[in-house]
Amino acid sequence: MKAILLCDFGSTFTKVTAVDPEKEELIGTAAAFTTVESDINDGFKLALERLQAQVNELEIVEIKACSSAAGGLRMAVSGLVPELTAEAARTAALGAGAKVIRVYDHEMTDEDREELEAMKPDIFLLTGGTDGGNSACILENAEVLAESSITAPILVAGNRSAGRKIKNILSAAGKEFTLCPNVMPRLDELNIKPVQDLIREIFLREIVKAKGLSSVSSMISDIVMPTPAAVLAAVKLLSQGTAGEEGIGDLIAVDPGGATTDVYSISDGAPRDMTTVLKGLPEPREKRTVEGDIGMRYSLGGILEAAGCDKVAERAGLSEDEVLSLSEEFIKHKDKLPDNDKLQRLDDALASWAVEIAVTRHCGRVEEVYTPVGLTYAQYGKDLRGVEQMVVTGGALVRSPHTAEIVRHAQWTPSLPTSLRPERFHILVDRQYILSAMGVLAQSRPELALKIMKKELSHE
Amino acid sequence: MKHNGKKLVIGVIGADVHAVGIRILDFAFREAGFDVTNLGVMVSQEEYIAAAVETAADAIVISSLYGHGELDCRGLREKCDEAGLGDILLYCGGNIVVGKQDFKDVEARFHAMGFNRVFPPSTPPEETIRCLKLDLGVQDDGPDEGSMSEEDLEAMMEEKL
Repeated sequence: MKAILLCDFGSTFTKVTAVDPEKEELIGTAAAFTTVESDINDGFKLALERLQAQVNELEIVEIKACSSAAGGLRMAVSGLVPELTAEAARTAALGAGAKVIRVYDHEMTDEDREELEAMKPDIFLLTGGTDGGNSACILENAEVLAESSITAPILVAGNRSAGRKIKNILSAAGKEFTLCPNVMPRLDELNIKPVQDLIREIFLREIVKAKGLSSVSSMISDIVMPTPAAVLAAVKLLSQGTAGEEGIGDLIAVDPGGATTDVYSISDGAPRDMTTVLKGLPEPREKRTVEGDIGMRYSLGGILEAAGCDKVAERAGLSEDEVLSLSEEFIKHKDKLPDNDKLQRLDDALASWAVEIAVTRHCGRVEEVYTPVGLTYAQYGKDLRGVEQMVVTGGALVRSPHTAEIVRHAQWTPSLPTSLRPERFHILVDRQYILSAMGVLAQSRPELALKIMKKELSHE
Repeated sequence: MKHNGKKLVIGVIGADVHAVGIRILDFAFREAGFDVTNLGVMVSQEEYIAAAVETAADAIVISSLYGHGELDCRGLREKCDEAGLGDILLYCGGNIVVGKQDFKDVEARFHAMGFNRVFPPSTPPEETIRCLKLDLGVQDDGPDEGSMSEEDLEAMMEEKL
C-alpha cells in the first residue's frame, strides 16, 4: 500500500508515522531510541522496521521529517525593554519552534558575552527599539556580538534606522547575519512572521547539517522544521481548517513533557466587552509558550516548587513524605512509568499541576480597576475563556486512566477569576502522538493532515 | 502635513478612562507633524517610560481628567532619570487636581515634581503644540501649519462623542 512517511527525530525517541494518502487515513506509528551520537539513521531504520512489522508491505512514496534532536533549535535573543522588544523577540523565537536559552534586555555586559560564548546558541536574534526609536541599545549589543567568539548566524530585527550601522559592525567582525523587518516596528504592532520564516530557513540550511542530522537526507527529502513548529502548524491547521475542510475553531493545546511543558493557543483572545482595556504587548493569534521549570521528570522539582509539595500531596492523596520519596524514583529513573497505584496517583497529581500552572501562565489575566465612572478591567495577555477545544498530548496525559480529571485543572475557576482560562471545553486526546507528524504533512498536504487529525484525535 | 521628526508618547494616566480627549490630541499632534505613540487610557508610569525608551521619545504628554493627576504623576521624573530618560520633556494637562484651586499653585507643584509644562483645563491643542515646538526647537513654516481649526475640532468632537 502506498504510504507517506513522517518522521520526528526527538531528543529521546525517533517516531515514524505512516499515512495512506489514498484512503486518507493513518496506517500506523512506531518509535525507537534516537541515535544522533552514532548515526541518526540507525534509530530511524529500527523505528521503520518496527512499523513494517505491524503492517503489510509499505510502498513509501514520500518521507518528510521534523527534529528536536541534539538539543533542538537553541536560540538566544536580545531586546531593549524586558516587557516590549525583549518579549517580542522571545515570542518570535518560541513561535518558530526554538528553545529560548537566554533573553537579554538593555545593553549586554562582558559577563553576558562570556555566558553567551559558553552557551553556544544555534541562532542569535538581535532586536531593540521601534523603527526610528532607540538605536543606542541595539548598536551596543551588535558591538558585543562583534567582539564575541560566537559563530551562530545573527538575525537582526530591531530598529531599522540602525540597520546600516549594524551591518558595518557585524560585517567588519566577519559575522554571518541577516537584516530583517523589526519584530516591533511600532509600539502597538508585533511583526514576527518575517523573522520566523528566516529562522526556519536557517534551520533548514545550516542547523540540520551542524547537528549531524543531514546524513538522513539521502532517505528523507527534507527535515522541514523544528518539532515544536510542526506541532504549532498542526494545531493551527486543526483550528482554522482548509478551503475544503472545516477546522474545529479556537483551541488550546497542552503538552507536558519530561523537561518542559508547552502550551499552544490559536485564538485572538481579544477583550470580551467594552469595559475592558487591553494593556501590554500585543500577542500573536498563534501563540506558543514553554515553561522551562515545569516538567514531569527532569523538571519535576519545579512542579513541587511552583505548586507546593503539600498541594501535590493533597491532590495525590499521599503524605508529603511519600510524595518526596516517590518523586525520587521518577527523578532517578527518567523512563519509569507509574506501575503501581501510588505512583499513578503521584504522576496524575504532578500532571494536573503541570497543566494548571502552564495554562495559567499562558492565558491572560485581568485586573479590576476602580475608577470614578465605576469598575473597569485592565486585561494583560489573551482572554481564552471562550475557547471550547482542548487538545492534549504527551505521555503523562495520554496514558493516564484519568486524563479528563487531570485536564479539568486547566479550566477557569471562581477561586481565581482573574485568570482568563477557558470556562468549558471538549478534550481531544492525541493517543497516537501524531501532532508533530501532521504538522509536517500539513506543509504539502494540509487537507489530508486535517482529515486524519479529525479522525484520530479522540474525545475524552 | 510634514513630519518634524519629534516623537511623543501620550496617554491618560492612572485609573482614568476618558478616551475621547486623548484621541483628539493624538490627531492634532499628528496633524502638526509629530510622530505619536498613543498608549490610550489607564496608563501607568511604567508604561509611559517603557514606551519612551523603545521609541526614543522627545516628550511624554500626560492627560488626566478625573482629578487624581497630581497623585498619579508623583515620582515620574525620578523614574525617568533612572531609566536614562533624563532630559525628556514632561507635560501634563487636563483637570489634574480636585476642586477649584489656583492654577498658579498647581503649576508650581508640578514644576517642583519635575514637569516642564502644565496646562489648565480647556487648553486648546494648538497651545500645547506651540509649546512643544518651542521646547523641542521645531521651526514653524507658516502661521497655521499643523494646527486644527475650531471647525475641525468641533466636527471631530461631535463625531467621537
